[in-house]
Amino acid sequence: MMELVFGRPRSLTRVPTHYCPGCTHGVVHRLIAEVLDELGLQGRAVGVAPVGCAVVAYAYFNVDMYEASHGRAPAVATGVKRAHPELIVFTYQGDGDLASIGMGEIIHCANRGEKVTVVFVNNAIYGMTGGQMAPTTLPGQVATTCPFGRDVEHAGYPVRMVELLSALRTPAFLARVSVHSPARAIQARAILRRAFEHQVAGRCFSLVEFLSTCPTNWGQTPPEACRWLEANMIPYYPLGVFKTPEGPDRAPGPVEPLSRGGSVASPMPTAGAPGRANGETGD
Amino acid sequence: MARKLMKGCEAIGEAAIRAGCRLFFGYPITPQNEIPEYMSRRLPEVGGTFVQAESEVAASNMLYGAAGTGERVLTSSSSPGISLMMEGLSYIAASELPCVIVNIMRAGPGLGGILPSQGDYFQATKGGGHGDYRCLVLAPWSVQEAADLVQDAFDLADYYRNPVLVLGDGLIGQMMEPVEFREDRAPCRPLLDKREWAARGWKGDRPRAIISSLYLDPEVLERHNQKLKAKYDAMVRDEVRFAAYGTDQDHDVLIVAYGTVARVCKTAQEDLAEAGVRVGLLRPITLFPFPYEAVRQAADRARAVLVVELSTGQMVEDVKMAVMGRRPVHFYGRQGGMLASPEAVADQVRAILSEAASATSRRAARRGGAS
Repeated sequence: MMELVFGRPRSLTRVPTHYCPGCTHGVVHRLIAEVLDELGLQGRAVGVAPVGCAVVAYAYFNVDMYEASHGRAPAVATGVKRAHPELIVFTYQGDGDLASIGMGEIIHCANRGEKVTVVFVNNAIYGMTGGQMAPTTLPGQVATTCPFGRDVEHAGYPVRMVELLSALRTPAFLARVSVHSPARAIQARAILRRAFEHQVAGRCFSLVEFLSTCPTNWGQTPPEACRWLEANMIPYYPLGVFKTPEGPDRAPGPVEPLSRGGSVASPMPTAGAPGRANGETGD
Repeated sequence: MARKLMKGCEAIGEAAIRAGCRLFFGYPITPQNEIPEYMSRRLPEVGGTFVQAESEVAASNMLYGAAGTGERVLTSSSSPGISLMMEGLSYIAASELPCVIVNIMRAGPGLGGILPSQGDYFQATKGGGHGDYRCLVLAPWSVQEAADLVQDAFDLADYYRNPVLVLGDGLIGQMMEPVEFREDRAPCRPLLDKREWAARGWKGDRPRAIISSLYLDPEVLERHNQKLKAKYDAMVRDEVRFAAYGTDQDHDVLIVAYGTVARVCKTAQEDLAEAGVRVGLLRPITLFPFPYEAVRQAADRARAVLVVELSTGQMVEDVKMAVMGRRPVHFYGRQGGMLASPEAVADQVRAILSEAASATSRRAARRGGAS
C-alpha cells in the first residue's frame, strides 16, 4: 500500500499558473490552499482576486472566486462576508492594489473589523504592468517610473502596511512573513493558519503580509532575488506578528511626549488616557 | 396596509425591504440621506445588514460582493456619489449581477448644488461607467410610484441579472405623499433559481462560481459582449414602460417629460385644455429602454413636440431620434435646482403654437405673392 505524502492541495485547481520563473506567488497560493485544506474550509471559502499579477487567481484556487476591480477587494470581501457570514472570505492583493489604489478600502475594512482574511503580497514593485514604482518600493530601488532610484524627497518612504494598520484600535491579527526560503515558507504557513483560524472563530480581521520576490522586474535571477529580499526588504519590513486580538489596543505611547505648559495651545491626549480628549488638560 | 404619509426616501427604503432586500451599502450625500438612515434603522428589525461604506467607490464594490452571493442588495446616492459608483456598476453589469441603485439626482456638474435636477439622464441611460453595457432605468413621478418601481426593480434585476437604476430627482426623495404597500403584491417577473451562479461556497454540486468581468481572449470577450447585447435587446423588446395622457386623439402639442417634471406638465396640460389648447403628454417610465415607438406615434398626432427637462437638454436627443424629423421638436429646460412651473410650460406651448401660426401665414403670404 503506497502512502501519498505529497500532492496538490484540493483547494488548488490543476491549471498551471502563468507566474514567471522564480516568482513567489505560486508558493503563497500553495500555502493558502494547504491551510484551507487543513482547516476543511474548501466548501465554504470564497476568494477575491485583485488587479495585478494575481488577476487570474480565480483560475487557480479551487473555491468560489471573485475578480475585483483594482484595490477594491476588501470592499468586495465586505459585501460577501456581510451577506453570508458563514463563508470564509479571503482577498489576495499585491502592493499596488492594496497599499496604493486600495489604501482606503483596506484601512476601513480593517477598522470595521470585517471578519475576513487578507493575503498581502509585497514584492516592492508593480509586476503586471512592467516594473513601475510601488508604494512599497525601497528607497533608492530602481523601477521603470523611478529610473534613478526611489527618491524619498518626492515619492516619500515605502509604506509599512502592517505597522500602519496596527495603529487602529479595532482588534485584529496582523503579521508579516516571508517566503524566500523553505524555512520561512513553513513559518509563513503557520502564521497564515492562525489568521484563518481567527476568521473561523469569528474573532477579528486578519492580514498577513508576505514579502515576495519579482525576479523579472527586479532584473535578477531567482536566487539573487531571494538574497536581495533577505538583505534589503527584511531590514525595512521586519517579520513578525504585530497585533493580536488579545494584545494591547495600540502602541504604548508617543515616542516624544509633549511636555505640559509648552507652546502647544491644545495639548494632545496622552496615550492610555482617552478621557483627556477634547483638549481638556485633566489637571 | 393602509395609506401612510411618507417621505420619498423613506418609502424607497421600505419598498426595498418589502421586496426582500436585506443588505444596504451606502455613503452619506444630500439629498438622499434619509434612505441610508431609514435602512440603518429598519434593516436590523428584519435580520438585515446595513454598512456605512467609507466612500461610494467602496459602497459599489460592497454591492458587487454581496450581489455575487445572490442576495437582494441596494445602494443609493446622489449625482456626485453616483459618479463614484460607476466603477462598481460597470463591473456589476459586466459580471451580470442583480442589484438596485437609487440616484436621487441633484444639480451639477461638479459639486453643483443639492436641489432637484435631471442632469444625470445621459449617465444613467447611455452607460455612465466604462465599456459597453446598459442598465434598466426606472423614473418615478410620485412617492407611490417610487415605492412601486423600487419593488419591481428588484424583480427585474434578478430576472435579467443586471443592475437596475431608479432615477428620481430631488423632489421624489424629499417630498411627502401618501403611500400604500400592498401585502398581496406579486413579483413582476418570475423568480429564478440563483444557486447555479451565486458564490456561496463550492461543494462540488455545480461548476465553481467565478464572479468576474475579465476576458483576455478577444473572441471570448466579443461573445460575452454579444450575450449582454442580447439581454439588452430583450429589455428593449419587453420592458418599455410609459404613461400617456390625451395622446390617443389629435393634439396641438405633444409634451414629453419624465419624473416630477411630468406632473408640472400635467398641470399645464389641464390649464391649457381649459383655454382650448389640446396638449398630449407622454411620460417615459423606463428611460432605458426608451419608449421610442410610443413617442413617435404620439408625435404623429401632434403639430409639434415640446420636451421639458431639468437639464440643458438630454432626453430631448432620444425624443428627436423617435420623431426622426417628422415634427419640430422644441426644448424647455431649467437648471441648477430651478424648477419648471406650469405657467412657464404653458407659455412655451403657446409660443410654439403662435410661431407655427405665423409661419403658416408667412408661407400663405409667399404663395399669394407668387400667384
